[in-house]
Amino acid sequence: MTNSILTLNQVSKRFGAVEALKELSLDVKQGEFLTLLGPSGCGKTTTLRIIAGLELPDSGSVTLQGKDVTNWEPNKRNVNTVFQNYALFPHMDVFHNVAYGLKLKKEKKPVIKQKVEEILNLVQLPGYEKRMPSQLSGGQRQRVAIARALVNNPSVLLLDEPLGALDLQLRRQMQTELKRLQQHLGNTFIYITHDQEEALNMSDRVGVMNAGALEQLGTPDDIYERPATPFAARFIGQSNIFDAVVTGKDGGGTLTLSYAGGTIKAKGEAQPGEVLTLSVRTERVRYEQEDRYGFQLNGIVKSHHYTGGLLRTSLLLSNGDELTVSGMGGGDNRIPTGATVSIQWDPACSIIVERRGTA
Amino acid sequence: MKTKKKTRFPLPELYIILLLLLFYLPILVVVVFSFNDSKLFQWSGFTFSWYEKLMRNQTIWQSFATSLQLALLSCGASAVLGALGAVGMAGRQFKTKGLLENVSLIPIMVPEIILGMAYLTVFTLFRIPFGMVTMVIAHTTFCVPYIFINVKARLTGLDPSIGEAALDLGASSRRMFLDITLPLILPAVASGALLAFAMSMDDVVISFFTNGPNTNTLPLQVYSMMKMGVTPEINALCTVMLGAVFLIVALSRLFRVRRKRS
Repeated sequence: MTNSILTLNQVSKRFGAVEALKELSLDVKQGEFLTLLGPSGCGKTTTLRIIAGLELPDSGSVTLQGKDVTNWEPNKRNVNTVFQNYALFPHMDVFHNVAYGLKLKKEKKPVIKQKVEEILNLVQLPGYEKRMPSQLSGGQRQRVAIARALVNNPSVLLLDEPLGALDLQLRRQMQTELKRLQQHLGNTFIYITHDQEEALNMSDRVGVMNAGALEQLGTPDDIYERPATPFAARFIGQSNIFDAVVTGKDGGGTLTLSYAGGTIKAKGEAQPGEVLTLSVRTERVRYEQEDRYGFQLNGIVKSHHYTGGLLRTSLLLSNGDELTVSGMGGGDNRIPTGATVSIQWDPACSIIVERRGTA
Repeated sequence: MKTKKKTRFPLPELYIILLLLLFYLPILVVVVFSFNDSKLFQWSGFTFSWYEKLMRNQTIWQSFATSLQLALLSCGASAVLGALGAVGMAGRQFKTKGLLENVSLIPIMVPEIILGMAYLTVFTLFRIPFGMVTMVIAHTTFCVPYIFINVKARLTGLDPSIGEAALDLGASSRRMFLDITLPLILPAVASGALLAFAMSMDDVVISFFTNGPNTNTLPLQVYSMMKMGVTPEINALCTVMLGAVFLIVALSRLFRVRRKRS
């Protein structure tokens, strides 16, 4: 690929008995905002450290701008990192923190001064040169850490959960700012987080990681609307995940499946008799409405959970499964618990996340 | 409403007063009698004469110079060794790390008399002539742990990604050490070194076993003068030494306070 800036090829890493990365391959495009999303311990930080050169892979290769940098020292790579706990140099003021990379590159003093000033303006900390890190708030330290990395104009900027320590309000604000910075500068950002909202909100592409492997890589839409694996469906958003058996298909690519003593529909390709694991987002499920899709599925309203904007309802099916439905909160006409309701959803919203062979 | 004050036996206050007396009364006695205008332990007027006599005592000055030289050399050598050791250990993970850390503290846990004997035996065995060299080796050995512990504690409190950030920004490991690690551990090295300096300055036992013919240290000099009886001159000397030690400890505390602020 011509516009790929960074390629990981079958990278593996183990720490003692723990297999942190299992033959991970990843291709990052020039100028994109790519997020690696996963629970803690899934190997996302290890991936970042291998790209930065702070960790060497046991096998596999790292290619940066067409050069194999797998065994290069971190200081030789044109990659900079924003660390999780900022890692500002506590004995240097903001100016010297930000200027450190430029000084090592032997830039001339006036050039350094000008570049530091520019980048501090960009991260909205003008005039903060003389402050010590201990005199800054969490959000300000974060900006300095970002400025310190960005001022070197890295071909790839790595961000390791940079907003994790900030409160929600500030985190949202910094998300917007980071996205703005990235679009303004056009650098490639690789961002790590376990916060799905952050990932979906900022990224061009999201890689969902689990147990040292990439489960799915795609646009935020892909990841949310078309999860590829049960893990991806479970980790992002709220889904109903269950197994159903294919009983028939029509010419238009619509499958009929039997589930919980009823009939449901899905879009896709499968043979009758095949067992499929389906994922349906909770906000896609409807109940007690006019039949539009030819479902025959009943459930008993078990409970309502009112969370302000959303009303989550649990429906108990005849096989003991529970379906969760989320709808708009408020309204006075809640269906009383204990009532039997008919259930349906758009067949296109039944996502096949796993094929489990024939029953 | 009136609050009724209960009178209670002032046990905590009494305890503290007793403890402080126990600590400082003997020292106070020495200081007071250094200004006593009599050789007897009986107050007979204030005088600086013992201090004047002390100033003119060439032997004492000679031994003070020896002590200072010894303390500076062993303190400097142990600062470098201890700091490098702590930095090197912090950056590595290996099975015997805990063991090695404990082993490196042995010099301050082993009774001095045994350590002194050990040096005497080894230096005799290898025919190293007794004098400044043997004393510096011995003092350096028991000074290293003070710096090692201090620097290790400082490094434990430091986020390891600070060093990684320097590498990430383009520093070689050498630059990282000089620009980042060294300035950050320097206060710990200094406070450890001051402690080591004080330890070396007032050591008797190990110096006794390892000194040579012309290398009497100040504490050894005091010890040999004591054989003739405690004179007010010794009291005066002890007072001066006390003052110096307090000053060094105060400096060491000052470094520690500054370290905490940064």
